[in-house]
Amino acid sequence: MARSFSANAVQIRRPDIDRFAHSDAAAERERNQLPWPQFTVADLNFFYGNHQALKNINLIVPNRRVTAFIGPSGCGKTTLLRTFNRMNETVPNTRVEGRIRLGEHDLFSYPVTTLRRVVGMVFQKPAPFPKSIFDNVAYGLRLEHRLNKREMAEKVEQSLRRAALWDEVKDKLHQSANGISGGQQQRLCIARALAVDPEVLLLDEPCSALDPISTAKIEDLLFELKEFCTIVIVTHNMLQAARVADYVGFFLNGELIELNRAKHIFQNPDQQQTQDYITGRFG
Amino acid sequence: MSAAVVAYPPLRRRVVNVAMLTLSGLCTLLVVGVLLTILLYLLWNGAHSLTLHFFTQLPAPVGEPGGGVRNAIIGTLKLLSLATLIGVPIGLLGGIYLSEFAGGWSGFAVRYTTDLLNGVPSVVMGIFVYTLVVLPMHHFSTLAGGIALGIMMIPIALRSTEDFLRAVPRSLREGGLALGASKSETIFTIVIPAAIYGILTGILLDIARVAGETAPLLFTAFGNQYDSPGWLQPTASLPVVIYNYAISPYDSWHQQAWAAGFVLLSGLLAVSVVARLILARGKKLSHG
Repeated sequence: MARSFSANAVQIRRPDIDRFAHSDAAAERERNQLPWPQFTVADLNFFYGNHQALKNINLIVPNRRVTAFIGPSGCGKTTLLRTFNRMNETVPNTRVEGRIRLGEHDLFSYPVTTLRRVVGMVFQKPAPFPKSIFDNVAYGLRLEHRLNKREMAEKVEQSLRRAALWDEVKDKLHQSANGISGGQQQRLCIARALAVDPEVLLLDEPCSALDPISTAKIEDLLFELKEFCTIVIVTHNMLQAARVADYVGFFLNGELIELNRAKHIFQNPDQQQTQDYITGRFG
Repeated sequence: MSAAVVAYPPLRRRVVNVAMLTLSGLCTLLVVGVLLTILLYLLWNGAHSLTLHFFTQLPAPVGEPGGGVRNAIIGTLKLLSLATLIGVPIGLLGGIYLSEFAGGWSGFAVRYTTDLLNGVPSVVMGIFVYTLVVLPMHHFSTLAGGIALGIMMIPIALRSTEDFLRAVPRSLREGGLALGASKSETIFTIVIPAAIYGILTGILLDIARVAGETAPLLFTAFGNQYDSPGWLQPTASLPVVIYNYAISPYDSWHQQAWAAGFVLLSGLLAVSVVARLILARGKKLSHG
């Protein structure tokens, strides 16, 4: 389970991301069918000013599985998700206490730009850059790599295929990304995140602005993505969590009530509060 | 309760609706009317002088017919180029700073001084640059005029840049950051490109605004009956020519002032139209 990303590599601002995706560690994980912890969270507290949004969170997110965070609005699930790629640091007046490990290393020891390439994120509202479809996918690659034209085109195609979008946009790669439908835009955002070969993909209610057909496409996609990517998804939709998740964590008022295999949570939860929530008695 | 079959709103609401619609329509007409009247009035009075010679010749001596304002047109273009060169970079970078980097206190300070600068009367700006540039150099110059106009451009370029950058949705910035772009990479590769059409529009309108300034030029560029080669000589400019000709006692000069006014206004209108077109194109691009 040795990650190739060792402590001394941290000083390199721009490491080759292939080391994350196709490293020996990845090969070793192939042999190790058992999930190992992608994120290990210990005693995590998070504050917006004086308001404590996360209270003493302890959990493990297994790798190459889909983990869903559910809970009523304001329960802290999105805050936790945004802690995983340190997006919360862009919000002024916030404070985080406690420890998070990404694999074997402290999350906060990574340079933040490196971390965000290893831990990709897709947001609630599809927000393609006002550029062409091709340039949207190529954006992350261009930040880091000097790829020639052919390599770039291949990588963009691969990413769009992985996001199940290639067939729909292959004839209009150089048109504005704002011209495609909302569902396509969201898959474009997924393709954009996949282009830099992340180890983890964080999805913050990715389907809440989409119609059922687009939602189904993205859910199907998640089954394929978890082959090479750890997925953490925040959702309000309990049915969605039941459909896509291997593990489910239930949050309430900033606390993690329980996290377990999805089947266990939905059929026989340990906690009464979880039972109440999934049966619709509150929230 | 009987079911309401007729979906008409009550009489009072209909009356208010008609009244307000009429009122706002009249106000619109008034605004458009004033502009049209000015334009037509200028054309009516200046048409006689608007010949090709008006654009290609130097002013004629008093008493001689004909003559043009070639030197003033070129002078205005030179002054505006210099002003843009000075005002736009400062305004642009200041706007980026205000929108993206400024903290609470420094943001307040910059914003407040900018607004004050915007409120400085243009004649004061003229005297200021007169003391700063003209006195040490011992003569009026295009350079001094350009500096005066350039300083006047800064506040609006800065605030309009800030406004357009702020209007870029947070989701785009987060999208860039989440892909591992640094803050400045996000700003320069996503936020500014997304706002570029708005920023360009703001700058063009800013140029149009200072193009008509007269007072600061009286103390700096002064005026010139002849062409002004280079940047260190006094130069004629359209607003100052209008001013000088209009207060002169000669009828032929009055006519030329009208014509010069028409040329200046048409130029400004053209710039505004181009600015609107650019903005419309930007909107079209970013909405498919």
